[in-house]
Amino acid sequence: MEDKKDIMQIIADANKSVTTGIDSADIEHWVWIHIMGRAYQVPAGLTIMQAMEYAGYKFITSAGCRAGFCGACATMYRKEGEYKLQTAMACQTRVEDGMFLVQIPFAPAQEATYDITKEPYAASTLLEHYPEIARCVACNTCTKACPQDLEVMDYIQDALRGDYKKVAERSFDCIQCGLCAVRCPAEITQFNVGMLARRMYGRYGMTEPEYAKARLTELDQGKYDKEFKKLLAADVEELKKRYAAREREAD
Amino acid sequence: MKIPYYPGCSLKTSAKNLEVSALAAAEKLGIEMVEMPRWNCCGTVFSLTSDDLMHHVASVRNLVRVQEMSENGSVDTTNKMVTLCSMCFNTMKSAAKRVRENAEDLVKINSFMDTEPDYNGNVQVLHLLEIIRDMGFDKVSAKVTRPLEGLKIAPYYGCMLIRPKEIGIDDPEDPTIGAQLFKALGAEIVDNPFKKVCCGAYHTVHNKDTVIELAHDILTHAQEEGGEAISTSCPLCAFNLDNRQKEIKEKYLKFKEMPVFYFSQLMTLAFGLGEDACMFEANYVDPRPLLKSKNLL
Ligand code: SF4
Ligand code: SF4
Ligand code: FES
Repeated sequence: MEDKKDIMQIIADANKSVTTGIDSADIEHWVWIHIMGRAYQVPAGLTIMQAMEYAGYKFITSAGCRAGFCGACATMYRKEGEYKLQTAMACQTRVEDGMFLVQIPFAPAQEATYDITKEPYAASTLLEHYPEIARCVACNTCTKACPQDLEVMDYIQDALRGDYKKVAERSFDCIQCGLCAVRCPAEITQFNVGMLARRMYGRYGMTEPEYAKARLTELDQGKYDKEFKKLLAADVEELKKRYAAREREAD
Repeated sequence: MKIPYYPGCSLKTSAKNLEVSALAAAEKLGIEMVEMPRWNCCGTVFSLTSDDLMHHVASVRNLVRVQEMSENGSVDTTNKMVTLCSMCFNTMKSAAKRVRENAEDLVKINSFMDTEPDYNGNVQVLHLLEIIRDMGFDKVSAKVTRPLEGLKIAPYYGCMLIRPKEIGIDDPEDPTIGAQLFKALGAEIVDNPFKKVCCGAYHTVHNKDTVIELAHDILTHAQEEGGEAISTSCPLCAFNLDNRQKEIKEKYLKFKEMPVFYFSQLMTLAFGLGEDACMFEANYVDPRPLLKSKNLL
C-alpha cells in the first residue's frame, strides 16, 4: 500500500506543470501570446506547452512524452504580421511574442488493414492501400509542415514509384504527429503510407543482420537464464540498488 | 553529351525494360543520361484548365532541378533535359511552354514554391528520340553490329509524342521518326494506317472495352500490312497494346499475338548490347521466339 502511494505521487509530480509554484513577481521577461484567440501574458522562455499550462490550460490530451518523441502535441501558429502558417511540437518549441496558437490533438486518418505476411513486395502494394498518393501534386506543403524536418514530399514520391528503401529511410524519424496530413491538399495521410512502407521494407527488403541472429541463438541457448532468475528472485530494495548502480549511456 | 535525365514513375516500376534498354543504347551513342538526384512525378496529365496552376507545380519543380544541374556542373548541357516516357515528355514540355509564355503564371508558381530557387523559364524538355534524330541516323547505323534484317516493324506513335503540334517531336499527320530509326537499325518498315490512333490511354482503368477495341484495331492493321511487331515509346501505350492482348484474344478468337517493343529495345538488340540490356523478359508477349526465328537472338 505504502509503495503504491509513492508511485501515484511520482506520477502526479511528473505531470505537474513546470511553472507550478513560481511567483510571478520573480519573472523579468514576459511575452504576449494568443491561445485560440485569447491573449495571455506568459513568462518568456517557456515551451508552448508550458505556456499554455501557465495560462491555465490543462492537457488532458495532446500531450504525452513532453520530450519530442510521441507526436501528440502538434501545434499550429501564425506570428503577428506574418502570413505563414507554421507548425511545431508544443513541447519542443519556445513561445515567442505575438504567436497565435492552437493545438491539433488529432489528425483524422484512414489506416489500411492488411496482413503484412500476405502483401506482395511490389510497387503496387502502397498504391493499392493508399491510392490517393497518386494525387500528390508535389506542392511540398507536407515537407514544410513537418516538425521533424523530414522530406515528406520526397517519401511520398518514393512511395509512388515503389521505392520501399527510400521511403523507409526518409520517413524513419516520423513521430506520426499528423501535421503533414492536415495540410496536404491531396488529402494524403503520409505517416500511414510511411509506416506501411517501413513494415514492408523491414520484413522483405532488409537482410537479417548477422549479429542479431547470433544474439538470438545465444538467448535460445540460455546464456542469460541464470541472470534473469536472479533478478526475478531479488527483493525491491535489491532491485532499486541495482537500478541506481546500472551502467548507462551518457545523456 | 551529359544531360539531366528524368525517368518518371512508370520507368521505375512497370517499364523497367524501357529505362534499362534506353540508357544502354544512349550510352552507346555517347549520350550520358544522368538521372536527376531528386525528382517527383510529372503530374501525368497536363491540365488544360486555364486557372489550374496547381497541377503544373510538379513539372516546374522538376524543371528547377534541371536548372540546378546545369548550374552546378553535374552535366555539360545547359537547361536541357531528356525523357523517355512519351507521357512525361508531353506533360513537362507543355508545362515548360506554359510558364515560358505566361509570365504571370511563372511568377505565381515561383512565389508559391518559396522553398525553391526561382525557375528561370528556360529549360528545354527533349525526348531521347529527337536527340538521336538531331545527331543523325547515320550515327545510329554506324553502331549497328547486328542489323535487324528481315524483321518487319510497324512503328506506332500514339498521341503524346506527336500531338499537339507545338509539343510533338514530329509531323503529327505523318510521323516518320520511328521508321527512320528502325531503318537505320536494318529493319524493314511496315506503314500502319493506325500508327497515330490513340490507344485509349487511361480508359484502360475504367473502360477496358474501349481500349480492347482500339488496341485490336491498331494491332490487326499492322498485321494486315505485314507487320510482325509494333514499336512504342510510351509505357501506357505499351500496356494497352501489349498486356491487353490477353483480353483481345478472349474477345477475338482469331487474333494472333504480336510482340510490342520499346524503340530502345530494338536499338540495344541491333547494337549487340546483350539480352540483359534488352530485358525482353519484361514484355508481356515474349518477342524472343520471333527474334530467334529471324536469327537475331
Ligand atoms: S511526416 Fe508527417 S506525421 Fe510524420 S513527423 Fe512529419 S509531419 Fe508529423
Ligand atoms: S502536401 Fe500532399 S500533395 Fe503536397 S507534396 Fe505533400 S503529399 Fe504531395
Ligand atoms: S508531448 Fe510527445 S512530442 Fe510533445
